[in-house]
Amino acid sequence: MASAATVAASGVASKARAQQAEVPAGAKIGIPAGETSSVSFKVNGQDQTLSVDNRTTLLDALREHLHLTGTKKGCDHGQCGACTVMVDGRRINSCLSLAIMHEGDEVVTIEGLGEPGKLHPMQAAFVKHDGYQCGYCTPGQICSSVAVLEEIKAGMPSHVTGDLTAKVAFSLEEIRERMSGNLCRCGAYSNIVDAIADVAGRPA
Amino acid sequence: MKSFTYERATSVEAATKAAAAHDAARFIAGGTNLLDLMKLEIETPTHLIDVNTLGLDTIEATSEGGLRIGALVRNSDLAADERVRRDYGLLSRALLAGASGQLRNKATTAGNLLQRTRCPYFYDTNQPCNKRQPGSGCSAIDGFSRQLGIVGISSSCIATHPSDMAIAMRVLDAVVETVGSDGAKRSIPIADFHRLPGDTPHIETELKKGEIITAVVLPKPIGGKQIYRKVRDRASYAFALISVGAVIQPDGTGRVAVGGVAHKPWRLDAADEDLPSGAGRVTRRLLLDAQPTEHNAYKVKLVERTLGAVLAEAKG
Amino acid sequence: MKFDTPATENPIDRMTVVGKPIERIDGQMKTTGRAKYAYEWHDDAMPYAYGYPLGAAIAKGRIRAMDVSAAAQAPGVITIVTSDSMPDLKKAKRNTAKLFGGKDIHHYHQAVAVVVAETFEQARAAAHLIKVDYEEGKGAFDLEASMESARKPEDGEPDSAAGDFASAFDAATVQFDQTYTTPDQSHAMMEPHASIAAWDGDALTVWTSSQMIDWWRSDLATALDMDKEKIHIMSPFIGGGFGAKLFLRSDAVLAALAARAARRPVKVALPRPFLMNNTTHRPATIQRIRIGAGQDGKITAIAHESWSGDLEGGGPETAVQQTRLLYAGANRMTATRLAVLDLPEGNAMRAPGEAPGLMALEVAMDEMAEKLGQDPVAFRILNDTQVDPEKPEKAFSHRDLVGCMKLGAERFGWDKRSTRPGSVRDGDWLVGMGVAAAFRNNMVMASGARIKLDREGILTVETDMTDIGTGSYTIIAQTAAEMLGLPLDRVAVNLGDSRFPVSSGSGGQWGGNSATAGVYAACVKMREAIAQSLGFNAESIDFADGMVISGDRRVPLADAVREAPLIVEDTIEYGDISEEQQQSTFGAHFVEVGVDIATGEVRIRRMLAVCAAGRILNPMTARSQVIGAMTMGVGGALSEELAVDKKRGFFVNHDLAGYEVPVHADIPHQEVIFMDETDPMSSPMKAKGVGELGLCGVAAAINNAVYNATGIRVRNYPVTLDKLIGALPQIS
Repeated sequence: MASAATVAASGVASKARAQQAEVPAGAKIGIPAGETSSVSFKVNGQDQTLSVDNRTTLLDALREHLHLTGTKKGCDHGQCGACTVMVDGRRINSCLSLAIMHEGDEVVTIEGLGEPGKLHPMQAAFVKHDGYQCGYCTPGQICSSVAVLEEIKAGMPSHVTGDLTAKVAFSLEEIRERMSGNLCRCGAYSNIVDAIADVAGRPA
Repeated sequence: MKSFTYERATSVEAATKAAAAHDAARFIAGGTNLLDLMKLEIETPTHLIDVNTLGLDTIEATSEGGLRIGALVRNSDLAADERVRRDYGLLSRALLAGASGQLRNKATTAGNLLQRTRCPYFYDTNQPCNKRQPGSGCSAIDGFSRQLGIVGISSSCIATHPSDMAIAMRVLDAVVETVGSDGAKRSIPIADFHRLPGDTPHIETELKKGEIITAVVLPKPIGGKQIYRKVRDRASYAFALISVGAVIQPDGTGRVAVGGVAHKPWRLDAADEDLPSGAGRVTRRLLLDAQPTEHNAYKVKLVERTLGAVLAEAKG
Repeated sequence: MKFDTPATENPIDRMTVVGKPIERIDGQMKTTGRAKYAYEWHDDAMPYAYGYPLGAAIAKGRIRAMDVSAAAQAPGVITIVTSDSMPDLKKAKRNTAKLFGGKDIHHYHQAVAVVVAETFEQARAAAHLIKVDYEEGKGAFDLEASMESARKPEDGEPDSAAGDFASAFDAATVQFDQTYTTPDQSHAMMEPHASIAAWDGDALTVWTSSQMIDWWRSDLATALDMDKEKIHIMSPFIGGGFGAKLFLRSDAVLAALAARAARRPVKVALPRPFLMNNTTHRPATIQRIRIGAGQDGKITAIAHESWSGDLEGGGPETAVQQTRLLYAGANRMTATRLAVLDLPEGNAMRAPGEAPGLMALEVAMDEMAEKLGQDPVAFRILNDTQVDPEKPEKAFSHRDLVGCMKLGAERFGWDKRSTRPGSVRDGDWLVGMGVAAAFRNNMVMASGARIKLDREGILTVETDMTDIGTGSYTIIAQTAAEMLGLPLDRVAVNLGDSRFPVSSGSGGQWGGNSATAGVYAACVKMREAIAQSLGFNAESIDFADGMVISGDRRVPLADAVREAPLIVEDTIEYGDISEEQQQSTFGAHFVEVGVDIATGEVRIRRMLAVCAAGRILNPMTARSQVIGAMTMGVGGALSEELAVDKKRGFFVNHDLAGYEVPVHADIPHQEVIFMDETDPMSSPMKAKGVGELGLCGVAAAINNAVYNATGIRVRNYPVTLDKLIGALPQIS
């Protein structure tokens, strides 16, 4: 059953907004020349040009510079998959990639897949199958799921693919293996697989 | 992560020159291990040379009937390549057993060979580690060593090499092609590429300063049953406790290398020769000098049983 | 509203909205990345700086000196707050380890500094430049070695006894005596602890990730020595907690101190590799269980003793809890002992007590059943009790363990289980089935809510209740919709804000029942207010389809609102009723595993949970709670262990690569069945919790299945292949 009841959490006003920045004298804001770079890429179809510290990961560029916080930081070390985004159509861990190494790339994040009221079929399937709980790994799971179905379609094999020389076929076992780079500590796996199978047009 | 300057290399020559010119430069390709280590300041380059612009991302047939795999070919592409799947199934299998789909989409062939150990003490900069800080001591030997090395180890280091791909490359007798900062080209057999720790565990490969891997070459296909068996606690997305990579011919001869036991892919000619005699004998050969700790002694039996299963599968 | 007599018929019983598998009302926000978690609050007018923590490099000792000169000179650094420059912060009673301040180091990765800089990259780099000179002390890090020095804790009810265990055990025809160990475990929720703090004069606003808003507010006030009323906490979305976010943690304290020092808002997230030693964990246990029975299988004597460790002043893992209540037997004893260990703080993790307690007890029951030659399901049913066996005058309010066992056995195909261990083979797999009882007490907590009805007929619920993935938003909306006869799209829910009435919060699986009961209470008041406003008789009024109905009069709900919105507030409070009868939740877990005959790798093939937990408010979100708990149980059984370096005193595998939680490939399709029941003793909702029940017993069921598959009994968790490999059958 669908529901349009609202979570009104986003409208919380904050007294803290009124607080003005007071940067103490002597604070050093500058970053030495040569240690920042300009980078231009597309995010969710929009051109973006950023001047960032060379050290800034794609993940932090999305979250802290572009305020696209749908992409999550769970571990910052490529161990959880919460930061999964698609770059030029391939899923990657955005935490283990420098922003400045994405010149000219096309990045798609969870925000680019759909929005409330206009969900991507995979987002809708996650809602329908309750394929999430706390929601923190969810954007990464969804980005990964979308890419996984493309990978199977493109014939990319996996660890559980039986015959490497045969055409890769959809199966729940294939989904589970391919999604294993996305941890969900709430343990929604069983439902996530149902959601993906639903989108793939296969019975769960 | 310490600050660094950054350049996109325009040619192999420019890349190696730049690397030689800086005190602490690193090439970066996929970045999936380097950035992880830089965040923890285990790696602290002052200059990064982005080599993704160098091409080197194709897989070509060699005149000897093998394959030349560009250094920048991504793990996922290498595993999915039809020629690799058909003729070097072991390599596909090993790649697909490693990491996750996301990581394999970034990680490169060369970078995979250059992965550093996952020893938890190497990863914790508060703990002594001869690999991270030469001369500081090894905390792992009398610490938590369940996943660490049992053979070819030293009193300085019991780290293992974490790569799955490297095990397959070792079995397939791959050759690593490099270009030095002086422009000299080298072809290094995979057997000689990784070093044992000895008393210099911080020196992990034969690469010289500024030298870059351009390709990994596979000799012509050797046929046989190609099997990669990775053993781990959880079913996916975990480093190997041990792994066995083997190519077994119909007459029972073949090649075998073991992962998760040493500082490099572990393969011995004498052990290969024993393959027709079964897993017990091969394992005794391979692990003759094993010096396991209380925590990782199980690996000896695990190697034997896993190899037994691999040989049975090859026969079946 | 005071709840002091059993619930009678009420509007919730209509179950037109409550009890339906309704999709989460926050689902679209979560699946589109629009839900904002603690670190993600952004406002262009709020120029926050970044704080990065530094943790102690030793497990125990003292800071001799800290040199921050290089860090202070680093680019972008605004300020550095160091622990040694201030006294120990006052510690709230809910914390054991101190969070910050002073020179003493009590555990590895205790926070010793926070660096504030313009960017995250600058703060992280500068934190690495701080040099700390430590005087290292000697610590105790080995639970087994500390058993001798363990003491009986002063608080709570560490020991219990009924009858004469010693004599009855001696006299028992069949005796069983075994010791089990469970390891330290980490919550490992996906969202690391994170806070943004902003000061406005002496008032503090904190966006954080907290399960218990009011506990955090009180304890932060204590730590900062300030008036609680001056603190505003917000935590509308929480990326998992499992107990890790019950109690104030260092991220909030560091953010507040850093923001004060920097004189601008500061955001701090605990880096993942720092988190496992800086925060809390489920403590390891050593448990001895003795069971005596007659040849008929009736338990005559049962004893459960548990040892665990914690920092000085901490508490034990109450692993013997369930053994006081789960099975019959006239002669019994339990004992809890606590050793002082200098590891990070041990504290609550999902189903504290029962989760590790059942890991031992339910394997012991399996072993005893085998010893008696009885079927494990039948043995448990035989020893069911309908009263508290230590206090037979106290009955359970509702107990259907037997029903769960019988239904589960039937649905799972338990009759196909081979009674001979190691006898079922499927290719390279040794296959086995296991069962375990699930048991978790039902706790109730006072919980408040405010309800507003506006002229458009929108009903808004405000409570400081949190949704940690449990579905609080949704079941609260369902409750309000049911009570006021509204469609769900006329209900808005605001959670996780200290300006809202204090709720039960999320913990101990009390949240779902308690928080909705609080909303129920406020809704009752709202119904009265509406009746009064419309001049209806509150006694004979009904609410349905957005209308208020009294006799033949039907008026739209919004008509009750004149000028200002109607606003009511109430809190559900519990009288002695929760003490009169024993309230618990029950279940049965059935698992089939395969064990690779060569390697000993254990993989789950099938899982079924049957739960008896009162009214299920939303079968979809409740099922998710249970499958999630079952998944955590798989980790607990097969891979999760914080490895202790007993020499250096810390958890070695302190990241998500080293601490292995289950991945997709580990988990098959999972089945959950809820018994159709209500418990009028629990609350007007007649509901109880399932979020922890789902975890209780899972690991034991898996372990029992491994035994059934292999004939190898592992008594030290996790059940990893190194513990099986030496005893697996020969392969050709």
